[in-house]
Amino acid sequence: MSHIRLGIIAMLFSLLLVAQAWAAPAPVVRLVIKNQSFEPQTLTLPAGEQIEIMVKNADTFPAEFESADLNREKVIPGGTTLPLYVGPLRPGSYQFFNDFHPSSTGTIVVVPPKQ
Amino acid sequence: MLATGIIMFREVLEAALIVSIVMAAAKGVAGRGRWVGYGIALGIVGACLVAAFAGVIAQAVQGRGQELLNAAVLLLAVAMLGWHNVWMSHHGKALAQQMKAIGHDVAVGDKPLSVLMVVVTMAVLREGSEVVLFGYGIYASGAHAISMLTGAVGGLVLGVASGVLLYKGLLRIPTRHLFAVTGWMILLLAAGLAADAAGLLTQAGVLPAIREGIWNTSWLLNEQSLLGRLLHILVGYSQRPSAMQLIFYVAALAIIGGLMWAINRPRPARVAAEEANG
Repeated sequence: MSHIRLGIIAMLFSLLLVAQAWAAPAPVVRLVIKNQSFEPQTLTLPAGEQIEIMVKNADTFPAEFESADLNREKVIPGGTTLPLYVGPLRPGSYQFFNDFHPSSTGTIVVVPPKQ
Repeated sequence: MLATGIIMFREVLEAALIVSIVMAAAKGVAGRGRWVGYGIALGIVGACLVAAFAGVIAQAVQGRGQELLNAAVLLLAVAMLGWHNVWMSHHGKALAQQMKAIGHDVAVGDKPLSVLMVVVTMAVLREGSEVVLFGYGIYASGAHAISMLTGAVGGLVLGVASGVLLYKGLLRIPTRHLFAVTGWMILLLAAGLAADAAGLLTQAGVLPAIREGIWNTSWLLNEQSLLGRLLHILVGYSQRPSAMQLIFYVAALAIIGGLMWAINRPRPARVAAEEANG
């Protein structure tokens, strides 16, 4: 009985830790879609933490940020700026593209955090 | 033109496959064509509304409106698919026998059919709104409108044709096995949609990923390939799922599968006899 209770406490505690890690404000990076291409074409992000990518569509028509590597997909209507969250990611290179204009591509490079 | 056709095909494919599985799962039920038709019509109207208000929806809830709406649509579809499967595990056998005995479609009442209508509506609404936005984008960018339009119509026709092909294939399965097959397909479809919803909620920062990319099978089967896309739609294949997505997938399988099993389980003879007498 007592280790069931201990187990429940440990579970709640770990849930709390997960919630804490997730509630911490994520660093923000910016990405712009202009004339149907991404600026910058390469984003460098730190590994191991959640990042908020603010995607601004400076064109007048909709675009769709999509990445199979990151498992992300978001329509960005013309003239809007929308957030999307990625990570925590492992170091490496992740491709993304505009699903409504697939020749527009970009890369996210994830580097180990500085010690 | 080709690029436009491919994009259109991809968007239409998911809705078309879901509609055809639902149609096959309701084989022999009187009025299913009408209800599925209502679902498609409502879905198209909903898709146009979502596309028209895309900016407002996207900027709602601090820029998370799109994910929250899509996740709600997906989870509603999961619940309806689950309800259908549980209902079928209770009534399926009797339905198949009745169909065989009377040799024509069986009336089951509106409830199971309205559930399928909701599934169809949600599938068409979600994919349809992207089709409308994409089409608007082509129109607004003003690039080679006629060639793009030809591509888009071609992609649409090909997507619908794939759905029809799957439907025809499913109908070749003898009725006594068909409901078992569609039951499994719907179970896996629902689990995949649940995992998609988890991905969207993580993207919106509402749920933690716990861990991104618990495996990476892009070397084996790329999700952007045709087979990868098909398996993503049908069984929820993801080349790089997060732990949260896996949890949603397994939970949907366990909950729906568990309810199906609990309802379908042969009951003790005494209880059945008491029910028959009472």
